[in-house]
Amino acid sequence: MPSWVTDLFSNFWVSLTGKLLLVALLIPLVGMVIGFAEMKLSAKMQYRVGPYFAGGRWGWAQLIADGVKFFQKEDIIPTDADRPVFKTAPMLVLVGTVALFVVIPFGPNLIFRDLDVAVFYALAISSLSTIGILMAGWSSANKYSLIGGLRAAGQLIAYELPLVLAVVGAVILAGTMSLQGIVQAQIEAGYPYIVLQVIGFGVFMVAALAELSRIPFDMPIAESELVMGYLTEYSGFRFLFFFLAEFANMFTLSAIAATLFLGGYWLPGVPDDVLEFAGPIILIAKTFLLVFAMIWFRWTFPRFREDQLQRIAWVWLVPLAIFNIIATALLKVIL
Amino acid sequence: MTIDSDAVRHLSEASVSVELQTEDMTLNIGPQHPSTHGVLRLVARVDGERCFDVHPVIGYMHRGYEKLSEVRTYPQITTIVNRIDWVSGYANEIPFITAAEKLMGLEVPERAQYIRLILTEMARIASHLIFNASYPLELGAATPLFFALRERERVLDLLESVTGGRFHPNFNRIGGVKPAYASGSTTRKLLQDLPAGFFAETRVAMDKVLEAVDELDALVADNEIIVARTKGVGVLPPEVAVAYGVSGPNLRASGVAFDLRKTEDYLPYDRFDFDVITGENGDCWDRWHVRLLEIKESVKIIRQAIDTIPSGDLQAKVPKVIKVPKGETYVRAENPKGEMGYYLVSDGGQGPYRLKIRSASFSNISILPWILEGILVPDIIAVMGSLDFVLGDVDR
Repeated sequence: MPSWVTDLFSNFWVSLTGKLLLVALLIPLVGMVIGFAEMKLSAKMQYRVGPYFAGGRWGWAQLIADGVKFFQKEDIIPTDADRPVFKTAPMLVLVGTVALFVVIPFGPNLIFRDLDVAVFYALAISSLSTIGILMAGWSSANKYSLIGGLRAAGQLIAYELPLVLAVVGAVILAGTMSLQGIVQAQIEAGYPYIVLQVIGFGVFMVAALAELSRIPFDMPIAESELVMGYLTEYSGFRFLFFFLAEFANMFTLSAIAATLFLGGYWLPGVPDDVLEFAGPIILIAKTFLLVFAMIWFRWTFPRFREDQLQRIAWVWLVPLAIFNIIATALLKVIL
Repeated sequence: MTIDSDAVRHLSEASVSVELQTEDMTLNIGPQHPSTHGVLRLVARVDGERCFDVHPVIGYMHRGYEKLSEVRTYPQITTIVNRIDWVSGYANEIPFITAAEKLMGLEVPERAQYIRLILTEMARIASHLIFNASYPLELGAATPLFFALRERERVLDLLESVTGGRFHPNFNRIGGVKPAYASGSTTRKLLQDLPAGFFAETRVAMDKVLEAVDELDALVADNEIIVARTKGVGVLPPEVAVAYGVSGPNLRASGVAFDLRKTEDYLPYDRFDFDVITGENGDCWDRWHVRLLEIKESVKIIRQAIDTIPSGDLQAKVPKVIKVPKGETYVRAENPKGEMGYYLVSDGGQGPYRLKIRSASFSNISILPWILEGILVPDIIAVMGSLDFVLGDVDR
């Protein structure tokens, strides 16, 4: 690379702009890819074809067409709505998702910012979107939205704890809270942490599903009960924001799970210099494996009831996660 | 001075928590709502997720069929009754036609009766498959819908091949049935009343339906979440069900073995061997499972009927202009949704003087305020879906 290019990229503002642009492009892209995968996979499971005509082949342009459609829609805000809150809510939901991308290591040197408390940061930021959902539910001046928003809040309280506790096992094993550090620790150990953290991984995935409010935990939306839950009054590009955030959130949470438990951008037997450029591909492949599982659950499971969800969280997941922490701590001392 | 009991209750609550004043919320479910099967409206008063009072409001779909039939001739009315419970349109025609025939004293040819019976059971399969498609959807599982609808299509194709219509066949005539190709050539009419290969295709379709029933059973019945959502939810005790006039699969799920196919003689059901399926607990799961198993019984009846169908005429001798003698009668039949009856009063004219329609769904949803009291909001949908009503059948 010529020296002026390196100079340019080492400039703080230039690299910041570049990173921001990358994230701004990455989120719609990831959202579209997952949205399209969901359409096609659900079609496959239901003996349908799915999108077919848009774009000529396999309907690949379907989501682009959908996105354009959303922008053409009238932006309706209910008369009784709390306007500023109503308008802020979709942004807040998306901000939580964008901020999560910051700490995900895509390669040995490919990370937006390697925070020392990355795990802590990621879990804190990921619950930000739930506040956006609660705001959406409250400000819509719609009873269905209100119930949906309150359900989302109840879900957040119930599932934040198992989510945090499930991660502790991996943190204990690695001895660091930096996501990059956890991946490095897995490389040094020579095995992904899922080998020792099966319980932790399971609890994390269940809690992540609840956090994303996807079936079987989609009570905040619950189409057959609450029409569309907190989304009922949203239309146009605000609705699109929520949609995009859901798909992008699926990606980020799966990416964090892949980083913590599946070895992140690392595959056993791949030399370091190859990881430099193969890292992102490996991480994205692992992430999409988890995303696929989420889509699979979405189209094969019914929905729990709110009280049953609380029961699962407090009676099963929290004790399991605590047991996992104790077992991991003992293991760490013995090893 | 009257005392508002609600106000008193709120006052007493307010003294407990002065800072946090709570209020009941009136939640209006419907008439436009994804799971009200049309335009039913439920005014529910909820306290958080707990709903303690439900008030169903009906009539959004009232089309005045009872009054309308007073100014229509008998052959014209079959088109109207088709549209009462549109999920099983064919089955609606039978009790009405039978009522008119009963007053006229007509003897319907055996073959026509068998064809009516086969098609009624097909309508029952189609209706129960629709239920099996939509019920998991209401609980959040989208995929069984496609499994059930795919098989329903086979049954509807068969219905269409005989009657020419999928939803509104309008196939029965007073004194018999209308042959499939009656409007075509006379030779064809004489040679074949049912389309060629109908029996063979029915056998194949019935095998497929049985496979699908087993598949749905494995897919849905063993699902932990479905069991958690439906077992013990919306329990309907047999004495309450009887008191409210609940009929059909909803009644049988409560353990009452009451089936009009066994007790009435509107079609020759007594010649076939089939069981009356009953549930044990009368909860949502039982109501779902009874319908699934009833598909199997219907398949059993159809298989026996196509093996033993006699040959002969399709139509009894009737005058060109049909006039029903003066008199009144009530004929009831086991519709897929429950008991459907027509109280026919004739003054000897070309149309009925009065036609009272007793539809199954109307009586079945009268249980809603009782069964939904003190239930959770998600369970409202689970219970409502399990009662399997159609709004056309409620409002008429």
